[in-house]
Amino acid sequence: MTTRARLAGAWLAAVALLALLGGCETAKPYDYTNFHAHPPRSILVIPPLNESTTLEGTYSYLSTVSRPIAERGYYVFPVAVVDQFFKDNGLPTTGEMNQVPPGKVGEITGADAVMYLDLKQYGSKFVVFNSVTTVEVTAKLIDTRTGTLLWEGRGFAQQSGNGNGSGSLLADLIAAAITQAINKKADTAHNVSRIANATLFLPENTGLPYGPYSPRYDRAH
Amino acid sequence: MRFLFPTLAAGAAVLLAGCVTPPPTVYTWGSYEELIYAAYLSPQDMPAEKQIELLEKDYQVARSTNHRVPPGWHAHLAALYYQVGRVDQAHQELLTEKAEFPESATFVDRLIANLKKP
Repeated sequence: MTTRARLAGAWLAAVALLALLGGCETAKPYDYTNFHAHPPRSILVIPPLNESTTLEGTYSYLSTVSRPIAERGYYVFPVAVVDQFFKDNGLPTTGEMNQVPPGKVGEITGADAVMYLDLKQYGSKFVVFNSVTTVEVTAKLIDTRTGTLLWEGRGFAQQSGNGNGSGSLLADLIAAAITQAINKKADTAHNVSRIANATLFLPENTGLPYGPYSPRYDRAH
Repeated sequence: MRFLFPTLAAGAAVLLAGCVTPPPTVYTWGSYEELIYAAYLSPQDMPAEKQIELLEKDYQVARSTNHRVPPGWHAHLAALYYQVGRVDQAHQELLTEKAEFPESATFVDRLIANLKKP
């Protein structure tokens, strides 16, 4: 238990550092003109295209996006129900789901906007005594009525398998083995996805603006 | 339960990021997202009955703390009820989704129509 707690503490410190590094990049502010011209209330997330070599990345990543978008203030359609709905209606793959025009999605579901996601990187690379886990995703939000691009962004996060390298080769080796064992099922990249999402949705200048269900929603727009 | 822990850690990490101002949590998330992940990853370990049980527990927690469950949550639970043949409860959850979030009306009406198909 103490080992687990210590590992968890180390892990927390590592991701916190990464989030700090990832979130603080000063990026060019996004031009929200189109967004404010067609501010959506509801967003339907299409299951992502997956360019990574990790097959399970598709649904692992998909399961992390409802929370940040809903907490940002939007109605988010239930991602698993939507996925099943597409499958039941003759679109068995996410590739096919991503081909459906936004206007059609709006007509069928009533969504104001559709979010298309592209998982560029997802997974871990093992290097000697360590592993590096990377998640990179791009997002495009399209207005279903006009087909206008409302917002787009990129999320990126990276985590080292033993984030707090102890300086002792043997200790690091053991820590790397334990970390891998713990994360056998709930893979590290799944957790790194949440950090990538923070860099995608939360930055004030480039992120997704607050929506109507957020107490911070700016009604002036 | 193990899969819930890293989520909390990640959430805390995001909060710690100084330049990203954390918005207050609007909803009680419980195990909703992690159940979706678990069900895709190893469906045999996460049958609908088990998911229903966990979500119903989350709902009690949300109610007792006077919090809302997130958008899509009731429709998701409806789909699980439907899978195990509890069609009336599925219908009720869909109506709740629509009442809580009117944005869902078009989609929910479509799902309700599907419920009634033999």
